Amino acid sequence: MATRKLIVDGKEIEADEGLTLLQACEQAGAEIPRFCFHERLSVAGNCRMCLVEWVGAPKPQASCALQVKDIFPNKDGTPAKINTTSPYAKKAREGVMEFLLINHPLDCPICDQGGECDLQDQAMGYGRADFHRFNENKRAVEDKYMGPLVKTIMTRCIQCTRCVRFATEVAGVPDLGATGRGEDMEITTYLEKAFESELSGNVVDLCPVGALTSKPYAFNARPWELKKTESIDVMDAQGSNIRVDTRGPQVMRVLPRLNEDVNEEWISDKARHACDGLSRQRLDRPYIRVNGKLKPATWAEAFAAIAAKVKSASGDRMAAIVGDLAAAEEIKALKDLMTSLRVKNLDCRQDGAKIGANSSGEKAPRQTYLFNTGIAGVEAADAILLVGANPRWEAPVLNARIRKAWLAGPVAIANIGPAVDLTYKVEQLGTDVGILANIVNGTHAFAKVLKDAKRPMIILGAGAITRSDSAAILALAARIAGDTGMIGPAGTHADGGWNGFNILHTAASRVAGLDLGFLPGEGGRDLAAILDGAQKGEIDFLYLLGADEFDVAHLGRAFIVYQGSHGDAGAHHADVILPGAAYTEKDGTYINFEGRVQQARRAAFPPGEAKEDWAILRALSEVLGVKLPYDSRAQLLKALEQDVTHFAVPGSAPVHADTSAATWGGIGQSGPLDSRPLTHTVTDYWLTNPIARASETMAQCSREFGAANKMAAE
Amino acid sequence: MSVRRLAPPDMQPPSFAFTAENAEWVKATIAKYPAGRQASAVIPMLWKGQEQEGWVTHPMIESIARQLDMPFIRVLEVATFYTMFNLEPVGILVQVCTTSPCWLRGSDAVMDACKKHIHPHQKTLSADGKMSWMEVECLGACVNAPMLQVGSDFYEDLDGPITEKLIADLRAGKPVKAGPANARHSSEPEGGAITLTEPSLYDGSIIGKYKPVAPPPPPKKPGEA
Repeated sequence: MATRKLIVDGKEIEADEGLTLLQACEQAGAEIPRFCFHERLSVAGNCRMCLVEWVGAPKPQASCALQVKDIFPNKDGTPAKINTTSPYAKKAREGVMEFLLINHPLDCPICDQGGECDLQDQAMGYGRADFHRFNENKRAVEDKYMGPLVKTIMTRCIQCTRCVRFATEVAGVPDLGATGRGEDMEITTYLEKAFESELSGNVVDLCPVGALTSKPYAFNARPWELKKTESIDVMDAQGSNIRVDTRGPQVMRVLPRLNEDVNEEWISDKARHACDGLSRQRLDRPYIRVNGKLKPATWAEAFAAIAAKVKSASGDRMAAIVGDLAAAEEIKALKDLMTSLRVKNLDCRQDGAKIGANSSGEKAPRQTYLFNTGIAGVEAADAILLVGANPRWEAPVLNARIRKAWLAGPVAIANIGPAVDLTYKVEQLGTDVGILANIVNGTHAFAKVLKDAKRPMIILGAGAITRSDSAAILALAARIAGDTGMIGPAGTHADGGWNGFNILHTAASRVAGLDLGFLPGEGGRDLAAILDGAQKGEIDFLYLLGADEFDVAHLGRAFIVYQGSHGDAGAHHADVILPGAAYTEKDGTYINFEGRVQQARRAAFPPGEAKEDWAILRALSEVLGVKLPYDSRAQLLKALEQDVTHFAVPGSAPVHADTSAATWGGIGQSGPLDSRPLTHTVTDYWLTNPIARASETMAQCSREFGAANKMAAE
Repeated sequence: MSVRRLAPPDMQPPSFAFTAENAEWVKATIAKYPAGRQASAVIPMLWKGQEQEGWVTHPMIESIARQLDMPFIRVLEVATFYTMFNLEPVGILVQVCTTSPCWLRGSDAVMDACKKHIHPHQKTLSADGKMSWMEVECLGACVNAPMLQVGSDFYEDLDGPITEKLIADLRAGKPVKAGPANARHSSEPEGGAITLTEPSLYDGSIIGKYKPVAPPPPPKKPGEA
């Protein structure tokens, strides 16, 4: 890329021509105030706060809208001089600030943005404190309805249009706009309709003033009284990087953290707003079922009750299921505990997915169940085939990436599965899985698109891998991957490598569970067989580690131990309840669908007598007489690393290395296809896990958007 | 200017469709723009819709958005941005120029006639629902001041009584004559020209005989050398 010399504040720099002047100045170490400019949105250039002096130019220049390639050198050939701190630039910005504050209510004391407001901060630098000369009436704007998550106080709006650009460009839901003109310009949704995006909460972060604030968080806390903990989101399997803000024991809000490889700086509404579920429906002490009713108990009593049952049961009549929100630590502890009790009926796939084990029941290679392309890799793809996946609901932030790729270049996207609005143009191929067979034998038109593509991708969603014929679907998908060059050379996509075979998981715990091999042992039962066995009376003892997403009511007379954080389906039918910690209350390791190992950190303590989950299992193991060999989380992490080496390298996703035909040919098992149409497994985005179901905010969203979206899908 | 909102729901018609003739026109207008840029037709279409219905209705906005494959909010933005789109019924809209030249020549009397015979307040429908009036900035006919505009016609050289009659005729649906209300032809002086009357200006004796210019050759067809 060509570069151009500039002198910014007396310092000569070589700036990339593709940059804006604002970015070039920042590279030179200058700090430019701004409201409307945002790296991930198109340039609007309407706030005028980023004015700088270009020596020789007749007017101050809006640095966000001026490209480096348009800055010509002086007549004598010396580089153009840019001053960002000169009295001229400062005066220009002061003028802008004065205009902005003319119509801004100075209601900071009652504004939720107070303390983290760009306007407040920049007014400290550029506001005129000594006098004012506006004696007329200030403008007042009617507040707008934007749905249950975004609160509006539109009088505070400075019309930067970041929210409008976000809705149109990133979220792909053009519900926001600016009506009227001049002084009467107003940001609004279309006639008081809610902003129907799963990423709507992000406009609150984008808003540089307090015009759009978080409705559930309104008047709850000030930013300076919150303790900030950097953590990982578990509402979907993407592993979005979040910051958990707590006050005392309560999680007040969740904000995104920057991670270019995972979530850029967006998070989904569920990640952001399900946090009120963390203080509702909590299991805060152990319970034992006595005469059909759950009675509070002490830990010792609960363990004793379990021990009594375990002593009388044999290993093959016991089973354990891992739920969607479990961290790797407790999965490992539960696996070790069950192994020492000689239990082989283990499953971490509570949606019944047919992945993780190959046809002979052995643990499959890791890459056969990962999102191998990587989240950032999606941007390099030029053809995408979705099979039974609804990324908008299964991983909204990933969906925004797919949209980004679609906006950036020609990407052919096709969908096999129910037609849904994914915010980008999708060729709807139908809901019949037989189409996959047609693509394999080349009779379908999309086969050629995939073949001609340089970097084709296939994304198998939960809808495709949880069917009775999923082994056959996987085998077909693997054939497509092999035939169309999806399994390209080894290496990251930046180094010319490519792997377009992707499984889109919906549960945060799934990849860790599969990595740790929490799968049926030799001759062991999988989820369906466990449930069947319990109903038939062949399973006497069932250990649920936060597992709620299957039909818990029909488990026959099996003795059920539920360890988890929320009183959800599993707890209602349990014989013993062990109160565990939610994801914000423990240090936990999560692996996202790319295979990226990330650490969640404890932001608050578990309520009441609840404990960290691995510690519960460790304590229980001692009572059961099969003491687990780790006394601290450090020792447990060591054990994890010994088990699975990639636990030792947190943060990075695995690089595509395995191009052998054996691996990719061994996926699934050819067989007859079911004639049932493909469906999506997520039927209500807002209520997919125990925490979200306990959340009032999510319930409200489900009421507001759920029905409408269902109608749209039909 | 003030905040522009759509008319309240009880005022809105249940549906909107272009008449067959206008639909043809719309089709031709959309075809003017390159593929994928059909949204450029939004202003002409809103304008045509307003011509047909008299004002821009809620169903019209949605209908146009669907035809152009635009989000509803984008069309609403355009409709609320331009003040010449009427968002409420206006009946026959009388636009009175009150900028300095017209004002000096007596636009106050024109406005008083409107106040008396249409409504005391501008931008308000008359009691019979047939007419409304508004003040506008210079319409560029200062030479015939004072003047007003109805639809696409100018009514010029007005005074109070002429305006009153004009309003009465418009209300009654009688034919009215556009242009100067007095004896002037266009913007020529009253009673005919008083300068440039020398016949030698026109007989060719000063600048030579008038020669018609040859018409330009027809445009070449693509592919032709």
